[in-house]
Amino acid sequence: MEKLLELLEKDATLTPSELSLMLEKEEGDIKAMIRQLEKEGVILGYQAVIDWDKTDKETVTALIEVKVMPQRDDGFDKIAEKIQNYPEIKCLYLMSGGFDFTVLIEGKTMKEVAYFVARKLAPIEFVTATATHFVLKTYKYNGVIYSMPKKDPREVSCI
Amino acid sequence: MIDHNNMLSETLKDIKPSGIRKFFDLLADMGDVTALTVGQPDFVTPWHIREAAITSLERGQTYYTSNSGLPELRTEVSRYMKRRFDLDFDPSEVLITVGGSEAIDVAIRSLVNPGDEVIIPMPSFVCYEPIVRMAGATPVIINTKAENGFKLTPDELSSAITERTKLLVLPYPNNPTGAILEREELEALADVLRDRSIAVLSDEIYAELTFGKHHVSIANVEGMAERTVIASGFSKAYAMTGWRLGYLCGPKAWIAQMTKLHQYAIMCAPTASQFAAVEALKNGDGDIAEMCAEYNRRRVFIHEGLNKIGIPTLMPEGAFYIYPYIGGLGLSSEEFCERLLREEKCAIVPGTAFGECGEGYARISYAYSVKHIAEALEKIERFVNKLK
Repeated sequence: MEKLLELLEKDATLTPSELSLMLEKEEGDIKAMIRQLEKEGVILGYQAVIDWDKTDKETVTALIEVKVMPQRDDGFDKIAEKIQNYPEIKCLYLMSGGFDFTVLIEGKTMKEVAYFVARKLAPIEFVTATATHFVLKTYKYNGVIYSMPKKDPREVSCI
Repeated sequence: MIDHNNMLSETLKDIKPSGIRKFFDLLADMGDVTALTVGQPDFVTPWHIREAAITSLERGQTYYTSNSGLPELRTEVSRYMKRRFDLDFDPSEVLITVGGSEAIDVAIRSLVNPGDEVIIPMPSFVCYEPIVRMAGATPVIINTKAENGFKLTPDELSSAITERTKLLVLPYPNNPTGAILEREELEALADVLRDRSIAVLSDEIYAELTFGKHHVSIANVEGMAERTVIASGFSKAYAMTGWRLGYLCGPKAWIAQMTKLHQYAIMCAPTASQFAAVEALKNGDGDIAEMCAEYNRRRVFIHEGLNKIGIPTLMPEGAFYIYPYIGGLGLSSEEFCERLLREEKCAIVPGTAFGECGEGYARISYAYSVKHIAEALEKIERFVNKLK
């Protein structure tokens, strides 16, 4: 089970038939395991890792530190539920340390991100302060190093 | 005009160039090929090992080491051999070499006299025969058989031995067949060797890459350590091919003489590589386990894939090669591989690269991602269907 998840986390395009050979299990069993894991919400989705800088699409990413006033009974969860619904927000973490939430947000321009913070995020009830940091360059994301050579550097005729 | 050719060593000139050079020339010229040809890991050397070499450079450790290698590294090799394979070698019985290749060269040249015979089971790695010839000795080839799983048998060994036999090369886990020798098989070979004055060069470069069964060395067999020298290295176990670092472990008197030859030919192995190797041996067992698990998944995948296509293939038990029988399709090995390359842009190595007994076979390396292997299998299947 854990092996299956590790393989899929690394490469979600592995087919059940490939996985069945790699894990020495029946293809049907693999399919059933994946369905079960999806149902249980262990597997939540499948995504590609994209280097948008190599495309024409303009994007900026910002990391925003958010301080909030926790609420009686609900703690941070109620506030998180409000924040997480904005489609612009890619990641949301509750943090230890000097602030409470880290928000990772994607927009077309810096202006758009700044407006989002000023008009949507900061005014949310119980949010007391924000600090926006723009990402200048992505080197590694989800275990993938962006500058890795895509071509096999090994000499093919070296037996 | 000077006749350059006339000035070369006759022995060297007599060594046949690789019979499949044409195939490799063609391969080198073709771009964008799905290759399953390389004999090296697709992993990058683990970062903590690379970092150890960088640190040594930062500290300015750019000097020669002692001829036999850093004392710390020889101690670690000694501990490693005990820990992983239950073999007892004092650090003074370890010589650090420039890759497993130099280890093989030094061992053969140190052990044989001109006119001696050296028994070489084939198919196997391509370097033994030329080195034996350069030493003025005579290679005696044993062609191992598919029905024996390409393992050397005691009968084959007995009938190859003559008065002049000096050395047996034992290339297991085997490149290209993936065959390994298990303890009982090694004991049976040891029974043939024990009362004779024949040395064994055990090439154990793939010792860490066995699947399901733990590697056993001939030196583990009663009475064999005293007549065996093991050649191994860091290339395959730790994905360190480019570092060129290997070692010999054997009887003290042999290692002392081999060190002499190594000293005059090489001086010492690269220092930064040696510092990296210390780190590999101290903290790299986990890396081996991880890479081995990955190779194992690919091994199962490609074995199943080839047999599904209808290419009869034994399950390899070691190294990262698989050795399918392609002889039943009406083409010679080289024709098969050349047409597969031209028509489907997929490259595998003709078995004849590893000796004439490789006719009918091909070596496929699975040191590639599963996706890459799957793509190659599709191409092979399409090609085979055309032939049927």
